[in-house]
Amino acid sequence: MILNLPFITVTTVIMLGLYAMIFRRNLIKVVIGLDLVESAVNLFLVSMGYVKGGIAPIYTNAPSTDMVLPTPQALTLTSIVIGVATTAMLLSFCVVIYRHYHTLDTRKVRRLIE
Amino acid sequence: MMSKIVRTQANFLYPLILIFGFYIVAHGHLTPGGGFQGGAVIATAVALVAVAYGYGRISVWIKKTHLTAAEGIGLLCFIITAFFGIGTSFFYNFLASSGGLFGNRVGYGVNPGYLNTAGTIPIMNLAVGIEVLGGLGVILMYLMSYRMEVRG
Amino acid sequence: MRNSLMILVFFTLFAAFLYVAINPGDFGYSTGEHFVFGEPRFSDMDNYFIHNSQNQTGANNVVTAIVFDYRGFDTLGEATVLYTAVLAVGLVLRMLLKEERRDENDE
Repeated sequence: MILNLPFITVTTVIMLGLYAMIFRRNLIKVVIGLDLVESAVNLFLVSMGYVKGGIAPIYTNAPSTDMVLPTPQALTLTSIVIGVATTAMLLSFCVVIYRHYHTLDTRKVRRLIE
Repeated sequence: MMSKIVRTQANFLYPLILIFGFYIVAHGHLTPGGGFQGGAVIATAVALVAVAYGYGRISVWIKKTHLTAAEGIGLLCFIITAFFGIGTSFFYNFLASSGGLFGNRVGYGVNPGYLNTAGTIPIMNLAVGIEVLGGLGVILMYLMSYRMEVRG
Repeated sequence: MRNSLMILVFFTLFAAFLYVAINPGDFGYSTGEHFVFGEPRFSDMDNYFIHNSQNQTGANNVVTAIVFDYRGFDTLGEATVLYTAVLAVGLVLRMLLKEERRDENDE
């Protein structure tokens, strides 16, 4: 790859996710930023196992037998499911916060007892 | 509830997405796919119908108790299948290359895939697919069913 | 003032990440070799999986054989995580509905 192009993509998406998490005030946009960071880390994990000139590690009607490494792909499956579980819990907390404070602005949801 | 065009299209696409999802789950040991990916596709079909018709009309057909029952049965079948090969180890593949239910032999090399191979892996694929369908469907139903009181 | 300081730190972090992404250098290898994208150095375990998965498990898909046969215990943990997430969402949003019904009964 020219200049390790997958690594540059991972860096850009991590920075965009961190920007959305730090500089935005709406709670839903903060959750979207966390999802972006998790997707970039999954891409990094899959791109660790690349072999030059390799195909997908499946033997059904395969054109050759030089395959990429299959172990990081198995670890990425678990990581994606854990990302889904985290996002579901965060969104249900957003629902409860909106019912209590009637707003989703992070500067206004600071009171402890209402 | 959305307009008539969206409802007609959701009616037409719902069985096609279900068949495609079960195809991905059932051929998990031959083509890219497996339990988790196929379960997510089937949950997409439930989400399509739930968005097109609204929660009030869809909760008559797709109940939360059915989906939680499916999730529990899926996880239980996965654990019981893992316990069957306890003579050698936990999670032992006791059906591979044995001539029984899913037990044809496969040699090394490129071949067109045969459905009758790979031991306990298709059974575990089905169990995990049903569990992911139940789990994601229940999360969708709980998030769609909240109503907010308007104060003041 | 505080906003511009945060943006400066942000861009410094971005520049540091880009430098490591373009030129990884040693990447933790202890013998001083350079990291080349596309030639993994430690691939003995994956070569064993690719060569022996059709004899031992009978599956054409090596990734599914790893997830459900060679590393099946991790899949058990992952199914438990999904089950716990559904349990937690049901618990948090269920109190919401009970609170509404109690408010309607009181009025």
